[in-house]
Amino acid sequence: MATEKNHTNLEAKTLYDKIWDSHVVRSIAGGPDVLYIDRHYIHEVTSPQAFNGLKERGISVFRPGNTLATADHNIPTRDQHLPIRDELSRNQVTRLSENCSKYGIELFGLNHSKNGIVHVIGPELGFTLPGMTIVCGDSHTSTHGAFGTIAFGIGTSEVEMVLAAQCIIQPKSKKMRISINGLPGKGVTSKDIIMYVISEITTGGATGYFVEFSGQAIRSLSMEARMTICNMSIEMGARGGVIAPDETTFNYLRKIPSIRGIDDIEAAIDKWKTLSTDEGAKFDRELVFEASDINPMITYGTNPGMGMSVDEAIPMAEKNSSEASPSFLKSLNYMGFKPGMSLLGHPVDYVFIGSCTNGRIEDFRAFAGIIKGRKKSDNVTALIVPGSKLVEEQMAAEGLIEIYTAAGFEVRQPGCSSCLAMNEDKIPQGKYAVSTSNRNFEGRQGPGSRTMLASPLTAAAAAITGRISDPREFL
Amino acid sequence: MPKEKFTILESTCVPLPLENVDTDQIIPARFLSATSREGFGDNLFRDWRYTKSGEKNSDFVLNNSRFEGKVLVAGKNFGSGSSREHAVWAIFDYGFRAVVSSFFADIFMNNSLNNGLLPIVIPADLLSNLQDLIRKDPGSKVHIDLANQTFTIVPTGESVAFSINPYKKECMLGGLDDIDFLLAIKDQIISYEENKKRV
Repeated sequence: MATEKNHTNLEAKTLYDKIWDSHVVRSIAGGPDVLYIDRHYIHEVTSPQAFNGLKERGISVFRPGNTLATADHNIPTRDQHLPIRDELSRNQVTRLSENCSKYGIELFGLNHSKNGIVHVIGPELGFTLPGMTIVCGDSHTSTHGAFGTIAFGIGTSEVEMVLAAQCIIQPKSKKMRISINGLPGKGVTSKDIIMYVISEITTGGATGYFVEFSGQAIRSLSMEARMTICNMSIEMGARGGVIAPDETTFNYLRKIPSIRGIDDIEAAIDKWKTLSTDEGAKFDRELVFEASDINPMITYGTNPGMGMSVDEAIPMAEKNSSEASPSFLKSLNYMGFKPGMSLLGHPVDYVFIGSCTNGRIEDFRAFAGIIKGRKKSDNVTALIVPGSKLVEEQMAAEGLIEIYTAAGFEVRQPGCSSCLAMNEDKIPQGKYAVSTSNRNFEGRQGPGSRTMLASPLTAAAAAITGRISDPREFL
Repeated sequence: MPKEKFTILESTCVPLPLENVDTDQIIPARFLSATSREGFGDNLFRDWRYTKSGEKNSDFVLNNSRFEGKVLVAGKNFGSGSSREHAVWAIFDYGFRAVVSSFFADIFMNNSLNNGLLPIVIPADLLSNLQDLIRKDPGSKVHIDLANQTFTIVPTGESVAFSINPYKKECMLGGLDDIDFLLAIKDQIISYEENKKRV
């Protein structure tokens, strides 16, 4: 259960304040700030209209070196060496390549040795660094907050602003701190932690806020796991999520072979050590949760706030409400579930592991830990999609691909894939998918698809048994 | 580049009282492969508006001829999820010029303001009364005055002030564009960059 804290020191600053304030080019009286953007990521789906805008205005990209591009949203995850079959998708990917070469933007496109999902490759290639402001025309840009950055999703009009002037115009958000005390138990991953928080505060519970995550449980997490937490902060409505950098962050960055613009990593780290919230700084809202209250989670409805422990029964109504609303019942009806129903043992048709939420090496290791020496259930179709080429390479190097193959799983090529099903990786009408992605919206994984969000461990347990299962029984 | 101005809007409304309507419902991902901003209105609320076989779903409000107008009256937390601006383009292209709710998702709100679609936040109880009123009498109009920041339910005379940041208000009233503004202050952006390098 959450408890609220309230103690303030007016001179102290939050990490969010420190980064934001140092990036304000100018404040507009009574209105928003003109915010300078250090790093801009673009992809094929939300950028073409922005480039059209530049062309119509007859202007160029102001700072092409600050923008990096990848093709990830609509690309196939098989036979990537062949031309993309879908004409519209092929056209979008071609347009991205044309725009990048025209304006001098570096592209990690399809078939590039470092291609992958934008929020996976940015960090692994050392383009996401503490203290930066980072934007991308994709709501899961919040992922990069795991490195102590202000990172958030923007619309295409704002993509055009960044291309034109390296700035956006936005008001500062309110500030929230969410602390998770203690250490998570067996089988409880960072995915479960963030799904638990969202289920407690609802899908709109952090709207208007930028959230800092802290506490022992957060400090104990790897960078990959922290990225999962910040990634899903948008699913509770937050502008973004941030975690102050520490030795875990610095060690991750030390391992990257070379970081552009950084000659002396230790000198940079000394500077980054100042990136934390001052003692007594004021948050507009503070929430504290206990890690020991958190179990492996699963969603039962059509927004990420409709989550519960995998061994619980579906509630009779929304949180803090005695009677089910029409929206709540519509959601359960879509899923083919009823209030009070338990999901343990419910048949599963598809399992998807991948996406910017759980498409990193650690996620595939966790999944492999459960399937090793076991077999995929015959009634399950599995989509195993690494988040990037580097993740795919590392899976091969660690022998994970053999484990997947031996258990009857095919490992595909990187991309966003079934998370938003813009490519062929669609879950069919009415079918149930346990998915490690971030959204269980109606039709998100294909028209009529029924998504249950979960961790890689819970997904692996479902893939082996063909049913919703408690992953703790397999550890 | 100039945009459509928003000053005063008086219109009947289309009610959509569902909560947490995400941008995947407003415009499903499979329609995001276009490279221009036009034509998204045809697929607005696609999977609610049409059946699997492509027929119009008569239960959905956009297919109900009783309801029409330039104001969409939505439920709370409208526009959550994906940052796709295509959602706003679809709503605008369909013909709406304002969306009313008790609260909006952040990115959707920004995207709306950047495209001349006015998001208006009104108290939850008033929103609920308005939904009921429109259902009972679809001819009920609302009057939106952006300069004075007032939202009025015409038949009952109930009026509330709504908030909007002053910069965005000026942009919408004058049909002004953010990029023109940013290009005009480019010297300031460059001196920010130079200062930052020195630090």
